[in-house]
Amino acid sequence: MPPPVISVEGLGKRYTLSHQKRQDTLRDSLTQGVRALFAGIRGGARDDKEDFWALRDVSFEINQGDVVGIIGRNGAGKSTLLKILSRITEPTTGRAVIRGRVASLLEVGTGFHPELSGRENIFLNGAILGMSREEIARKFDEIVAFAEVERFLDTQVKHYSSGMYVRLAFAVAAHLEPEILIVDEVLAVGDAQFQKKCLGKMNDVARNSGRTVLFVSHNTAALQAICRRGLWLNNGHVMQSGNIGECLSGYLASGSEASTYVATNPAKPHITSVSLDRSALTQGRFRVSVGFKSPTSMGRPVVGVTIFSKLGQPLAGSNGRMLGEQWTPPELSQGVVTAEIDLLPLHSDTYRVSVYLGDATQDYDQKLDAVEFDYISPHFYPQCPPLHIIGQVDLAWKWSIATSAPPTK
Amino acid sequence: MVPPNTPELILEAGRSSRHYWGDLWRYRELLGFLAWRDIKVRYKQTVLGVLWALIQPAVTLAVFSFIFGKLAGMPSGSVPYPLMVLAGLLPWQLFSAAFSNASGSLVSNTHLISKVYFPRLIVPLSSVAVALIDFCIVLVLLAALCIWWQFVPDWRIIFLPLFVVLTLVTAIGTGLWLTALTVKYRDFRFVVPFLLQVGLFLSPVGFSTTNLPTWRQLYSLNPMVGAIDGFRWCVLRGEPALDPLNLGISVVMSALLLFTGLWYFRRMERGFADII
Repeated sequence: MPPPVISVEGLGKRYTLSHQKRQDTLRDSLTQGVRALFAGIRGGARDDKEDFWALRDVSFEINQGDVVGIIGRNGAGKSTLLKILSRITEPTTGRAVIRGRVASLLEVGTGFHPELSGRENIFLNGAILGMSREEIARKFDEIVAFAEVERFLDTQVKHYSSGMYVRLAFAVAAHLEPEILIVDEVLAVGDAQFQKKCLGKMNDVARNSGRTVLFVSHNTAALQAICRRGLWLNNGHVMQSGNIGECLSGYLASGSEASTYVATNPAKPHITSVSLDRSALTQGRFRVSVGFKSPTSMGRPVVGVTIFSKLGQPLAGSNGRMLGEQWTPPELSQGVVTAEIDLLPLHSDTYRVSVYLGDATQDYDQKLDAVEFDYISPHFYPQCPPLHIIGQVDLAWKWSIATSAPPTK
Repeated sequence: MVPPNTPELILEAGRSSRHYWGDLWRYRELLGFLAWRDIKVRYKQTVLGVLWALIQPAVTLAVFSFIFGKLAGMPSGSVPYPLMVLAGLLPWQLFSAAFSNASGSLVSNTHLISKVYFPRLIVPLSSVAVALIDFCIVLVLLAALCIWWQFVPDWRIIFLPLFVVLTLVTAIGTGLWLTALTVKYRDFRFVVPFLLQVGLFLSPVGFSTTNLPTWRQLYSLNPMVGAIDGFRWCVLRGEPALDPLNLGISVVMSALLLFTGLWYFRRMERGFADII
């Protein structure tokens, strides 16, 4: 058994937050120094600094050929971990041992210069990512073909559309050939078509070359398709490490964080909180609760919920008003309304939920995109076509086939 | 595939890479690319383009010649005053451009520093290239003036590269200090133009050091004194004569700046990405 290509032991990264002001100027530093000196003489304690551990006691091992998805909420320490492994910043505690050439892609188009042409930027960006001139020259045609920018090769990049820019940048990065590839959330760019192409390329790199890949993404469907292993981080700690499916379901079920709101106009009925039950979601059950409050009691509180695709297209919605006689709530000045769907008929993707508050006749408040969630459908189709082709809705289709002409009634 | 003898890379707090200088060598192409980028972009979207490299020294030269040469009547020995000034202005402009580019280099490449690993020393080193190109262009101006006054430099001109190196070493040494300091304290952005302004008058650009009868050793603590004197010695047929002691003092000061600059830069380097 060869040694793991990456072994991390007790890794920690501390940032110091100073609450008063950042010591970015010499004057600050001097006055702080003088103050600290006096505080030291008087035996006082420094009180304006706080340590923040972006990573704490992280240990794991990654073997050669592993394709690892790193998951966690914003601020969980994913990017810090990648920055340490790509040598951009050093850890405060612990150590990491890396065996092999690392290339990291923490951002698409690092070092692109707007004044230079596409051709020149391919060389510049390639060199920045660690490729040799000869290597870039060898792959030049492939890169250009992948990016689909042949016609604009000698145009300054500042005249590119943002889509072309991203395509070119990703194409350069995709042709890196390191032993260990570290990729931060970079696939969230470009149009659907290109995203698919990128994912395909990632898959290629991961599956067919025996390379080790570390991959951060919020796109759970992509993670599930590409990765075999997962590493779930939360508040700088490793929550789970192992099979990607287990990590994902653990992550998705964790916490049902509620968004709470402060009323902009307390004299009107308003929404106070929106929460989504994330553990129910892992079983395919959609359950959203909306808290509301009103200065006077509301005759017939009505809550509306609409699920949108991540591109903002409404997919399904309902509200108490349209239910008519079926919705007969008591008179209340505050409360929580819960809406549920037993089996959410959607494919695995990212969705958003908007909620509305009103009464029998008029609307009072709305929270657009109140919650975003990654849904992993209990129905897993390994060969699912892209959702922009078949749509997000997963209905209970009934199929049949006849050996001869269709039966006549 | 990982070859069996892949070197282990250990990342730990306070551990500086054993392979730093090797890495610097491996990344030499990047150094070239960054320099090439800066040169390429420098005169983009300008009408006069590379002429700008000539305009600034030409105007400075005219002002100096008029004020110090004509009005104040500064002596310039046997060579025409403008020629003497240009022979001093050349290394000074090289220094001033290289120094100010290097000082600002890290902060203006923030996006690289916070997203990719490479030996950070590459950034200030590559920023010096633009200054060198401009310097070569101004050499043409010097040649033109020499032809105008029918002044032919002698064999000493072959030592000119040595003093270019001395100027660059001085610029890189001070530049390393300032760029590392600027990452943490943005105050130093304001210090750089100020230093250059003072430096122009503290260095023998508009006059020859032969005009200073005393305090020569003390004056040579400014490494640019040695560089400028050397330049003139090479270009102006050995005038002023080089004093080994004074030149030695300047060379030592310049080396000291480079080594302390490297030391400070290396010490701060690991934290750059966190504070930039």
